[in-house]
Amino acid sequence: MTIGLGHYLAVAAILFTIGVFGIFVNRKNVIVILMSIELILLAVNINLVAFSAYLHDITGQVFAMFVLTVAAAEAAVGLAILVTFFRNRGDIEVDHASVMKG
Amino acid sequence: MLQAIAFYLMAGATLLSALAVVGARNPVHSVLFLIAAFFSAAGLFVLLGAEFLAMLLVVVYVGAVAVLFLFVVMMLDIDFAKLKAGFAQYLPIGGLVAGILAIEMVLVALTVAREGAAAGNALPDANAGGTSNIEAIGKVLYTDYAYYFEAAGLVLLVAMIGAIVLTMRHKAHVKRQDIGKQVARNTKTGMEVVQIKSGSGVEL
Amino acid sequence: MEGIVSVIVLAPLIAAIVAGLVGRRIGNVASQSITTGSLFLACGLSWYVFSKWTWGGLEPFTVTLAPFIHVGNFISDWSIRIDALSATMLVVVTTVSALVHLYSWGYMAEDDSKPRFFAYLSFFSFAMLALVTAADFMQLFFGWEGVGVASYLLIGFWFKKPTANAAAIKAFVVNRVGDFGFALGIMTTFWAFGSVKFADVFPQIAAAAGHTWWFAGANWSLIDLACVLLFVGAMGKSAQFFLHTWLPDAMEGPTPVSALIHAATMVTAGVYMVCLLSPMFEYAPVAKDVVAIIGAVTALFAATVGLTQNDIKRVIAYSTCSQLGYMFFAAGVGAYQAAMFHLFTHAFFKALLFLGAGSVIHGMHHEQDMRNYGGLAKYLPITYGVMTIGTIAITGLGIPGVFGFAGFYSKDTIIEAAFAWGQHSPVGVFAGLIGILVAGLTAFYSWRVAFFTFNGKARWGHGEPAQGHDDTTHGHAETHTEPDHDHDDHGHGHDHTPHESPWTMLVPIILLAVGAALAGFVFVGYFVGEGQAEFWRGAIFTGPHNHVLHEAHESSALVKWTPLVASALGLLVAYYMYVLHQGMGARLAAQKGMMYLISYNKWYVDEIYDATFVRAARWLGDTFWKVGDKKIIDGLGPDGVAAASSAVGKLAGKMQTGYVYHYAFVMLLGVLGLLSFAFWAFSR
Repeated sequence: MTIGLGHYLAVAAILFTIGVFGIFVNRKNVIVILMSIELILLAVNINLVAFSAYLHDITGQVFAMFVLTVAAAEAAVGLAILVTFFRNRGDIEVDHASVMKG
Repeated sequence: MLQAIAFYLMAGATLLSALAVVGARNPVHSVLFLIAAFFSAAGLFVLLGAEFLAMLLVVVYVGAVAVLFLFVVMMLDIDFAKLKAGFAQYLPIGGLVAGILAIEMVLVALTVAREGAAAGNALPDANAGGTSNIEAIGKVLYTDYAYYFEAAGLVLLVAMIGAIVLTMRHKAHVKRQDIGKQVARNTKTGMEVVQIKSGSGVEL
Repeated sequence: MEGIVSVIVLAPLIAAIVAGLVGRRIGNVASQSITTGSLFLACGLSWYVFSKWTWGGLEPFTVTLAPFIHVGNFISDWSIRIDALSATMLVVVTTVSALVHLYSWGYMAEDDSKPRFFAYLSFFSFAMLALVTAADFMQLFFGWEGVGVASYLLIGFWFKKPTANAAAIKAFVVNRVGDFGFALGIMTTFWAFGSVKFADVFPQIAAAAGHTWWFAGANWSLIDLACVLLFVGAMGKSAQFFLHTWLPDAMEGPTPVSALIHAATMVTAGVYMVCLLSPMFEYAPVAKDVVAIIGAVTALFAATVGLTQNDIKRVIAYSTCSQLGYMFFAAGVGAYQAAMFHLFTHAFFKALLFLGAGSVIHGMHHEQDMRNYGGLAKYLPITYGVMTIGTIAITGLGIPGVFGFAGFYSKDTIIEAAFAWGQHSPVGVFAGLIGILVAGLTAFYSWRVAFFTFNGKARWGHGEPAQGHDDTTHGHAETHTEPDHDHDDHGHGHDHTPHESPWTMLVPIILLAVGAALAGFVFVGYFVGEGQAEFWRGAIFTGPHNHVLHEAHESSALVKWTPLVASALGLLVAYYMYVLHQGMGARLAAQKGMMYLISYNKWYVDEIYDATFVRAARWLGDTFWKVGDKKIIDGLGPDGVAAASSAVGKLAGKMQTGYVYHYAFVMLLGVLGLLSFAFWAFSR
């Protein structure tokens, strides 16, 4: 059958869900949270490129490029924070970071 | 036909890798599966005709970001044993919510595809317009979107500075220059004349 | 003449305003002079008016000064009504007030707040004058309340003393209970007769004699109802039994206050009112009986309590209460003229007794307990002399048909009138017998005071005497006319000799002594004798069946002589116990027999009131406060809302777990919700 726009969008949707799922089901590993965020951004990228292809508008791909840029920057800073987090407490358990409780 | 097979292969690989990223016990495995997901997504991009973006994905995401992840995972020396405890406790409710979300989003996607602006469109012919993907992007990027391009550069600059600020530690015994101190030196602090008795030493 | 009476009534008011507002600035002497001067002016003019009335043939008239309340039918003006009653009262009030003002120069010499004191005294005088010259019920009520306010201010003059404050409040509150009845009486009168002016109401009484009214579940005779309610007011103001509890405590105020207010003037306002309203009372036989019985009971009650009290001022206070009872039962049997006459003479000798007691207290450095007196005659000779005159006056010693001191004429007339009425009604016999018994008791306790204080061995000067109740707040050296005595305050336990008072205190009591001695003899004819119709000229109305005074003059010799015998017996017993066998009183008291205890503890009325009304009112107030206010209003209102929001906030705060993944989950749920809503909304 012809692969239409819907297929790509469906893939992106499921990928997005997996990413979100990964954020809140994960209790013990901060790195996996960051990687889940990357998955979410990837899903968005797929959406953008798919629309760009089927709407014959290159703007979608340009925007995807920018998303890429920002995702990279965010990964860098996020990891730096993670490193500091680890340095301050010795492990990367999310469960222990509950200072904002109450 | 070939396109369909390729699509399902790539899509399946992406999704399975993504699941493995979330579910893997060993974080190194998670990173490797992330790389696999990126690669598969790049394949999807190629199918859509955005080969420049696919390359970009591989070079930037896999080559830089995923490697960075790996660096950090290795550096942090994590104890694996404690990591996955408690995962199953939240699986049901989380899975339920995520499942509902997935179903709804897929429904939206299908509706949009069927009735949205792009309904009935087909993928453009790969060589139809004469310009390649990269040329097409380049035509717009430095003209219409020049401002955003510069801004993206700034974002990267800020991220770089931020990463350095957060993680840099000065080691105590490493000698370094303090330019401010050097420039502020004057005769009063720079030199001290001391009368020494012959034979005795000086305490600095 | 109109100008003169206006000056009489308004001069004290102006003086009070001046002394009250700028007293501190113009200085003590100026304030005192303005107030005392205005009262002496008023006094002189009052005697002028009175003499014109008694011997100059002045006709009754009313001066209207300004409108007061004009609301529909209810019309009341500020006015000054002059007739026999008010002329008499003008003299009484201004004379006693002027002398008390003068007396206070000496008595309050060491006080810090003299302008305030004199301003209050003058204000009181004004209110009392407004009361007695009222031409309608509203001004009467205004004066009534005004003297109540002045009494409160003056009783609580030394406001730093908690007992004084409590006494002032007690006086005001008990008066208020009476005033409630008074107000109801005024309302009844207005509702029944359509006006509050006396001139309008009195002519209508005869026609309304048989009407009845429905009130509080029963049918009453209209006039009786109104008069009983009005009398309730008089009970409060004149400290009759049931509403008497404030009078002894009112002795917390300075002695000049006791003399002026609680002896001669304010407490007599009730008697004045009953006599003024004689046109109404004459058609209210039930009310008259109530008045007579209450008056007699009060006289007996107060006399029994006065027997055992040790504070000199308290004895005289109970004596006042008892004499007021006399006046009321005189009015109750129909002898209003005798009541007014006794009021007139009583003003003189009661003020004399109070001021004399003040002189003793002053000389004994504010010691008020008589057990610490004794043998003061040679230290305070003038005081001794005038107090003796006052005691003779109150006990009514005299020789019938020849001469007697003031009380002799007035008291005996009352008793004779009671027995004359006794021929028509048993109430009269009851009142008359009580009158005789009380005459004896009066003599006993009055002479007890005199002998205990002035005769016998000196009981002061050694050991620590009990602190007097007149515990003043000033602690600086007293300045007297005898400079060689240099006392520090409350110099008890050391060798402090009592000394006579300065002339500012002696002159008033000497003048009053003259009045006490002669007022009865001079004026008896005009008040109750042959010249009474001439004198009263319609101010007091006696009904067609009321011939009490006439019959009183024809009483049997038994009735004429028995009061005198009773008084003489009282004198002899007092002499026996306090001069011949000194210490007998103390021994009897120490046995604490039941009669002694009942008398000493004032028949436990205060305790009964406390257990019933006071506790109930307190409980009610407490309940309203703790349950109604705190629990219900505050609980449902500010406090409750605050606590509820606090609790809800705490509960909501539990949602902040601090875990990022919880927050992310919630965000996801939000997205889910939005998405579902969008589905549902846009699928139509």
